[in-house]
Amino acid sequence: MSVSLRFDPIRLPSECEALRADVRAFLAEEIAAGTFDPHRPGHGDSHNREFSRRIGAKGWIGMTWPKQYGGQERSYLERYVVTEEFRVANAPVRLHFVADRQSGPVLLKYAPEHIKADILPRICRGELCFAIGMSEPGSGSDLFAAKTKASKVDGGWRINGSKIWTSNAHIADYMLGLFRTSPPTKENRRHGLTQFLVDMKSPGITVNPIYQMTGQHDFNEVVFDDVFVPDDHAMGEIDGAWKQATSELAYERSGPERFLETFYVLTELIRALGPEPDIRSAEGLGRLAAQLHTLRRMSVSVAGMLQAGREPVVEGSIVKDLGTIWEQKLPNRVRELAAFLTPETGNRATLEEQLAFAITVAPKLTIQGGTTEILRGIIARGLGLR
Amino acid sequence: MTGDSDHIVAETAARIFADLADPRTVNRSEDAAWKGPLWTALAETGLPLAWVPEERGGSGATIADGFSVLAAAGRFALVVPLAETLTAGWLLAQAGLDAPPGPMTLAPARPHDRIAIGADGRIDGRATGVPFASDADHLAVLAEGSRGAEIALVRRNDCRIEAGRDLAGDARGCVVFEGVAPMFRAPAPDGLDRSGLMLMGAVVRAVQTAGALEAVLAMSVAYANERVAFEKPIGKFQAVQQNLARLAGEVAAAVAVSGSAADTLAQGGVTGDAAFLEAASAKIRCAEAAAEGSAIAHQVFGAIGFTKEHALHRYTLRMLSWRDDFGDENYWAAELGRRIARRGADEFWPLVASR
Repeated sequence: MSVSLRFDPIRLPSECEALRADVRAFLAEEIAAGTFDPHRPGHGDSHNREFSRRIGAKGWIGMTWPKQYGGQERSYLERYVVTEEFRVANAPVRLHFVADRQSGPVLLKYAPEHIKADILPRICRGELCFAIGMSEPGSGSDLFAAKTKASKVDGGWRINGSKIWTSNAHIADYMLGLFRTSPPTKENRRHGLTQFLVDMKSPGITVNPIYQMTGQHDFNEVVFDDVFVPDDHAMGEIDGAWKQATSELAYERSGPERFLETFYVLTELIRALGPEPDIRSAEGLGRLAAQLHTLRRMSVSVAGMLQAGREPVVEGSIVKDLGTIWEQKLPNRVRELAAFLTPETGNRATLEEQLAFAITVAPKLTIQGGTTEILRGIIARGLGLR
Repeated sequence: MTGDSDHIVAETAARIFADLADPRTVNRSEDAAWKGPLWTALAETGLPLAWVPEERGGSGATIADGFSVLAAAGRFALVVPLAETLTAGWLLAQAGLDAPPGPMTLAPARPHDRIAIGADGRIDGRATGVPFASDADHLAVLAEGSRGAEIALVRRNDCRIEAGRDLAGDARGCVVFEGVAPMFRAPAPDGLDRSGLMLMGAVVRAVQTAGALEAVLAMSVAYANERVAFEKPIGKFQAVQQNLARLAGEVAAAVAVSGSAADTLAQGGVTGDAAFLEAASAKIRCAEAAAEGSAIAHQVFGAIGFTKEHALHRYTLRMLSWRDDFGDENYWAAELGRRIARRGADEFWPLVASR
């Protein structure tokens, strides 16, 4: 039987607690200085160049990477603490977060030395924003249907086509994208895609905003018109991008941002309920706390396995599946539990404003970064069903 | 406590369960004749008294070892009072009392049952829902008196048992204490009260549930891969795959939260906010996983899984029944919610992050 799900009871090592205290102190100062309002997610920009630079100066971006590239050589578990504290504070980290989580590790693994030496230290300093170019108008969850083409030319490649739903593209310095360099083969429909590093300032790139139902502007359409990308910007094997994804996906999918996206409404509910909630509210709150604790213990466990050099792809997908469904349902559950609060409850307006935002954001949580259906397919494969 | 000893003890247990308590074999047997040899084999290895120090009559295994045995027992849906004897032994050991040989159970097994001990040392009260009450020779009892909580060993025959059965058909009765004189008694150590006992029992049940869920997942996947309908194994249908992926999620949650809670108790005992959060969460989340997981598994198996003949119910009904012991998920959720509310909103994230 191939079914064995492993979630060792990993604990954060003691050095994490000093780090956590540093991060909380830093965040408290930034909040006091008015950089962002932790109680009003959705207000103000979700990215802030100066703030990202100050985080970089603290050594909290790319912190697991080698020192020669500006990293700190700290553990995944230490990074975990930083990530969760920023997330819980609703801090505007969008500028550097994708680079820190996904793009940097790809560059570390596949970029030539001179590119690593150039770009990674700038990511660590909080100077660079990355976008991920995956989805296309005709290719969303089905990544390997991507058609946007990179054609071989002298010294590099010319890209034509478009990417869509690309978060950050309007503020990004670089994109890591999947482009078609060969047609798929009969034997392997995943064949023929190559990952490229694209400078977003390259001539021929147009970024068109797509506004979301929340009123926010995160994602974009990116149109490529004969965009030149030099040879050394191919990341990894030509035509072989499909072989390169696994451990990065486990990391992308299992982090604290996969269940804490709407966490603030739970904190605000506790404030609204006060010290002596009625039995219905107490029971509801206790269940949510138990579910949250469970998700976090699962997520920390996956971080520990990654730190130990394993590739817990199925476990990581399970964390995202359960975590995103939980954070999606949370605002509605909180709404139910808050339904009978008295009108004079002090923070009622704040809670209602937060709920309105969280309920509007909720639908995307189970779509971005791998839909529920795709994740369950991966889990089913891990179980030996496909 | 090393990883290796953890493995050896649990593997010994699993071997005995596989040889003498295979759920499919047990399910076919007409009587309970298999229970005798099983208990004898378990007793010979010292597993039932694993949580009792050697000088008190036990085999002195670690708390972590004991929990790994219970996870293995869950994987076999074991139906002898092993978990109860282990936990009763643990309770006696807390007060420095010797443990007798033979199966035990413990009281109270529900959070609102208060058992009293008088100045004369006699015990009065009712403990409802006591697992294996009529199968045990002795009971470890936590009784409350004017000098605080005491732990006592009582002969089963000195109590009145109102016998009953749980969902799975296992003995679970009401134990009535009417001026019962215990064989031994001693004050409970500081910090161990009824709530501490419930907390330990809750984690025991959570660990068993997670084990049972692991077995249910393995059975369900195996069945989906072999059962053919519409000319292919049902596991090839996306609808079935999605259900099994959800089941895997429930199993993963149960394994993670129960393992974390067991580790917490093994490291730091049953007192403090961390133990409370971990144990309560384990009981709540494992109960939810039991309900959700058994529904999915039965859906995968269809009609055959609903028969007496099939072993699936040995797992599903037992997990559903374990939800009721040592505080059900509703009780723990209300208690946990109250604690969190008392600490206040700004102390909630620090509590979660402390684990």
